[in-house]
Amino acid sequence: MSPPANSLPANSPLANSPLANSPLATVGSPMTAQQVLDREFLEVRARVLKIAATLDRIDRSAAPAADAGRMEQIRQGLQILLSDAPDRARQVQMLFSLPYRSDWPQQLGVPLENRG
Amino acid sequence: MDYFDPHIHMVSRTTDDYATLARMGCVGMSEPAFWAGFDRGSAASFRDYFRQLTEFERSRAANYGIAHYTWLCINAKEAENVELSREVIAMIPEFLERPNVLGIGEIGLNKNTKNESIVFLEHLDVAAKYDELVLIHTPHLHDKYLGTRMILDMLVKDARLKPQRVLVDHVEEHTIGEVLDRGFWAGMTLYPVSKCTPARAADMVEQFGTERLCVNSAGDWGPSQPTAVPNFIFEMRRRGHSEATIRKIVYENPLTFFRQCRRFQFAPRL
Ligand SMILES: [Zn+2]
Repeated sequence: MSPPANSLPANSPLANSPLANSPLATVGSPMTAQQVLDREFLEVRARVLKIAATLDRIDRSAAPAADAGRMEQIRQGLQILLSDAPDRARQVQMLFSLPYRSDWPQQLGVPLENRG
Repeated sequence: MDYFDPHIHMVSRTTDDYATLARMGCVGMSEPAFWAGFDRGSAASFRDYFRQLTEFERSRAANYGIAHYTWLCINAKEAENVELSREVIAMIPEFLERPNVLGIGEIGLNKNTKNESIVFLEHLDVAAKYDELVLIHTPHLHDKYLGTRMILDMLVKDARLKPQRVLVDHVEEHTIGEVLDRGFWAGMTLYPVSKCTPARAADMVEQFGTERLCVNSAGDWGPSQPTAVPNFIFEMRRRGHSEATIRKIVYENPLTFFRQCRRFQFAPRL
């Protein structure tokens, strides 16, 4: 059976992302990669510079040192940007998110069974 | 282009904002009950707020040709006070049959606590009992993913609630997939600081399609842009998306969702 129009092809780089099994039809980008780059280049350049200047400022500032945990999060975030993953925005979001555990109702003491 | 803003807090905005929004094409809006920026002292204060939402804002919007709808609840920030929350929840049915009420909202979680969860579940009971639509607030920043998953767990455990009658708002890249895959509606909130930009919202449309997806400004008393939906329209046009695609998200989708409310009436422009 052929996939529905607009769904992800089997060899899509998104094959391992949550999008892969979605029944939703994607719209896709009407712009070429070069058009997107032309439009965003100066903006991205400015943001990379801003991050660089901020890291320099943290390094040359006086003690106490910056919180190591948050600095590590930033380092990991920059690593995600350097990858070829198709869902870097989602990965960065997850990096800065509290983890989910399915037993939260028991942990919090919220009765969830037998509703409705 | 005519558009709806399905999430905006007009009690915090000026009449000049209504005039600006009308000129930019806003023909309808829905205003969820929200936190005032300080904790209200009593249920009587909520009764006055519900009157403002169902009477005064409706007429203020009508002066500019904008149809104003609203949602009722006690918001998650004030839900830590369970006693006050129960008094407010008990009062909601008094207002449910007012003509511009769409349902229960914006209910949800803020810091993902036990009390917030209990009050959320009690709101869901009212929605199920009175067969009302539900509009859901998801938390911000590092609390969003956990809070959204907790909310989805509570929703799917209640067989009385149909996913297509629930809109989960403030979705971002890490929560939109699960919300849509489970059959709920999703709202993307365009906000200058803590939420999503018009460009990232357009990215999500490109990746997730136009079904059951809306955009809103969530304009309120804090830093926010009531004109965020026109900014999204402009971003989509700049990228070359069709007018039909844009119109589906900013006009047809909110109408499709709202039309499930038995009280909903809207006369499109001739
Ligand atoms: Zn809101």
